[in-house]
Amino acid sequence: MGHWVNGEWPWYVAGPLIGLFVPALLIVGNKMFGISGNLRHLCAAIAPGKVEHFRYDWRRTGLWNLLFLAGVLVGGFLAFHFGGSHGIAISPETKATLARLGIHDFSGVAPRELFTWNALLTLRGFVSVVIGGFLVGFGTAYAGGCTSGHAISGLADFQLPSLIAVAGFFAGGLAATYLILPFLIGGS
Amino acid sequence: MTQTAFSQFQGRGAEGTDAPAVRPVFLAIYFILGIAFGFVLTRSEVLSWFRIQEMFHFQSFRMYGIIGSAVVTAAISLAVLKRLRLKSATGEIISVPPKQLGSGIRYAAGGTIFGLGWALTGACPGPLVALIGNGVSVMIAALISALFGTWIYGWIRPRLPH
Repeated sequence: MGHWVNGEWPWYVAGPLIGLFVPALLIVGNKMFGISGNLRHLCAAIAPGKVEHFRYDWRRTGLWNLLFLAGVLVGGFLAFHFGGSHGIAISPETKATLARLGIHDFSGVAPRELFTWNALLTLRGFVSVVIGGFLVGFGTAYAGGCTSGHAISGLADFQLPSLIAVAGFFAGGLAATYLILPFLIGGS
Repeated sequence: MTQTAFSQFQGRGAEGTDAPAVRPVFLAIYFILGIAFGFVLTRSEVLSWFRIQEMFHFQSFRMYGIIGSAVVTAAISLAVLKRLRLKSATGEIISVPPKQLGSGIRYAAGGTIFGLGWALTGACPGPLVALIGNGVSVMIAALISALFGTWIYGWIRPRLPH
């Protein structure tokens, strides 16, 4: 029992559990599983300005999803506090690869060399957090979905737009991994 | 008018135009489901920058196994739900509207831009929020930046190819 609260779940448990959020949301309220729409709802709620894209009734269309997102925050908090912080048991090859790039702190869920407030003042920390965050927000809005909406909901429904989007996710991810990160992490 | 734009964006025709207000009891259910999702994102470790790097370096089957089995589970569930023609607890007939393909540029370009951000932050939008819950508080800055990115998209949207 303790293992299920504390430890890392095997992929064949974690994957199907994530997949079950698609039918769960449909059965509860005919809603499609997708997280990134919340970024749009938050823009509409906080600062719609004169932008037509943000001028709609976000409470009616998006409040359910914003509450789901608030739950994600709480769920992350609960999992962290009941499980404590563990290092992530990545493969020795990945550890070696990252160590060559200059990542040496493997104790947290994300490397402290990049993801602390102090690191934000370094080029690599700023690009990882601020530029990376911007690209996540812009890209998911442009593509109309993220890993949940396209890679899981969309692919499960055999939708071609989602397949194109997921190909893009990997093209972009590989480009950043091989063309940007080695210079970014090693160079500052 | 904006409702029409919204439904095109979401690919949900009926919901955009005459979505019924969601009752508080259902809002509570969505909140609880979100808690479960945040828990799963943490325990599965898909929110970890290290796991994302392991995936993009093709050094472990784990992330592919998780995403693949999630898609298979969701696909089987969708096929069953469609065949049974069930109604949701809120009384709507369960339906999955198709996304508009258009030129496809938005999916290729937007997807690639998101992919760059996914590898840099090591997080997609759900994990970004779950990481804040996990105590990686600098992700608040990433989230604000993501909101800014979404806002800029909305602003220049009329001039972008879709």
